[in-house]
Amino acid sequence: MEDERETLVQVRGLVKHFPIMRGSIIKREVGQIRAVDGVSFDLYRGETLGLVGETGSGKTTVGRTMLRLYEATGGEVIFDGVDLMSLKGRELDRIRRRISMIFQDPLASLNPRMTIGSIVGEPLLVHKAGNKKQRRARVGQLLEQVGLNPHFVNRYPHEFSGGQQQRIGIARALALNPDLIICDEPISSLDVSIQAQIVNLLERLQNELGLTYLFIAHDLSMVRHISDRIAVMYLGKIVELADRDSIYSNPLHPYTQALMSAVPIPDPDLQDTRQRIILEGDVPSPANPPEGCNFHTRCPAVRLDHCPLAEPELRELRPGHWVACHYAEDYL
Amino acid sequence: MNELLRIEDLQTRFYTRDGVVHAVNGVSYSVSEGEILGVVGESGCGKSVHALSILRLIPDPPGRIESGEVWFDGQDLLTVSDEEIRRVRGGRLAMVFQDPMSSLNPAMTVGFQIVEALRLHLDMTERQAKERTTELLTTVGIPDAKNRLDDYPHQFSGGMRQRVMIAMGLSCNPKLLIADEPTTALDVTIQAQIVDLMKRLQAELGMAVIWITHDLGVVADLAERVNVMYAGYIVEHGTVRDVFKRTRHPYTIGLLGSLPRLDEDPGTELSAIPGFPPDLIDLKPGCPFAARCPYAVEQCWSETPRLEPTEIDRHTVACWRWEEIAQGVA
Repeated sequence: MEDERETLVQVRGLVKHFPIMRGSIIKREVGQIRAVDGVSFDLYRGETLGLVGETGSGKTTVGRTMLRLYEATGGEVIFDGVDLMSLKGRELDRIRRRISMIFQDPLASLNPRMTIGSIVGEPLLVHKAGNKKQRRARVGQLLEQVGLNPHFVNRYPHEFSGGQQQRIGIARALALNPDLIICDEPISSLDVSIQAQIVNLLERLQNELGLTYLFIAHDLSMVRHISDRIAVMYLGKIVELADRDSIYSNPLHPYTQALMSAVPIPDPDLQDTRQRIILEGDVPSPANPPEGCNFHTRCPAVRLDHCPLAEPELRELRPGHWVACHYAEDYL
Repeated sequence: MNELLRIEDLQTRFYTRDGVVHAVNGVSYSVSEGEILGVVGESGCGKSVHALSILRLIPDPPGRIESGEVWFDGQDLLTVSDEEIRRVRGGRLAMVFQDPMSSLNPAMTVGFQIVEALRLHLDMTERQAKERTTELLTTVGIPDAKNRLDDYPHQFSGGMRQRVMIAMGLSCNPKLLIADEPTTALDVTIQAQIVDLMKRLQAELGMAVIWITHDLGVVADLAERVNVMYAGYIVEHGTVRDVFKRTRHPYTIGLLGSLPRLDEDPGTELSAIPGFPPDLIDLKPGCPFAARCPYAVEQCWSETPRLEPTEIDRHTVACWRWEEIAQGVA
């Protein structure tokens, strides 16, 4: 099966820098936030790729730039053979139907003045899919698919709980039968008991509809649960990428190791016995990332004669297991 | 262990335009000197409101503490004078809030904000207070503390601001520190730093801590005992080990089941709790969890269960059917 995986998306050297502007009347650029700084990965059809990282690691920017909600500073995103970054107008619209997005804050991503029927039906309207009657039937079907009563079509978003609002967002994302859904922290704003409902729903839909997910999150235990492969980001770069089991059983990058050991486990016995790696200090600013390996300022295994001088490349150390650390072999 | 805080039948409501919100519905528990007690629950379960009630920080109107007693250090905090409660707050009983950015004054330097508290509560001179502030900021792990006294809150990162808040909480050597979701806004690696710091401080200074959180993992790591709250009630209480390993309440069971765990086989479906928490405005009689509980029977819909002892020492649960559930016959 490994060899037959069909590549749906190829991201190559994606870069997104945001200018830092100063001055009130005459604005000038005084620097750049290097939010995404050369990110490459593949997405296979039907898989879930988890993209994890802490605040400011650039994971959300990767998702948004792929959809061209932000214009990339550089790099390619090849979706089903077509480079999204070079498309314009109608061609872009046509391919955008096949990619949709679910957002972190469900209420903020739903127009409060629209009924949920028109919210879920809007993608159909925008892309002129079907006539009015067909659209109405499709909306009913979508609501049912995400576990909402189709009779609720005329209600407004605020009448629903957080979990239900996220279901509305999912229904909207499904409207045009997309191939790929970019899930940007879809459960972070939900309560624990509701998170599980939404994750189960996403998994069911993936099985039924053969969807591909890019699942962006900072919650490592949930990412491990839902993902087939996982990419870990730090300061705009992917530091490690591997399938779920090898990244969790044998993380090769010191940052991944620290990140995983920092996740609290709801089990007092395991908590007492496990080894914790506590990183010192804060994540440096992406406006001025450290030279060389950008993790060297916090790395517990740093070698000062090398790490601050040379930037490590993402290397494939085991089949499918990529890591960007000069000394990753030490952990094999 | 000497009892430091005892709460009896605390009830807090909010009188809003939409109706009466039953935020805290008869909460009773105690905290011993030097222990860390976890309070876990989801949003709207009353965990923060109950903490604010202890310190009488509920805005009135619309809020009102309807009944209860809060015994701290020999005084009922709910009946002492306004002047006395102000002396207690930030002094012997301090609180750290979730969002350090909105609880620090953005227009005043960090140093000034701590110095102010020290001069007010401990009658220190400016110089003593400055020295003590430097010491405190060093204790909570702020590098080069001396030179950061004149910095403003926005010049600190999120994790560093939370350390400042903790330093402020510690400033007057409290006997009890109430920490309300102090790590929720932080990244996991920074959260690990703060949890580590709290453990160290608690061991060094011997203060008691009430740690309020929605994160069961943090509680498992940090606390000795835990209260599980749901819809303004404590539904289960016991040592962390008992509550996590010999869980008795269906809500706690559901909560633990809905968490994916790093130490478990992935790929299995999560056992989500169906439905969502009840509306606290028209909270009906009966068990608040009945509508989502797989074990609910008729009695659960009509009578509200109270915390009762279980077969485990110092482990209490508010459920009509806990015995049957524990024995696996429910």
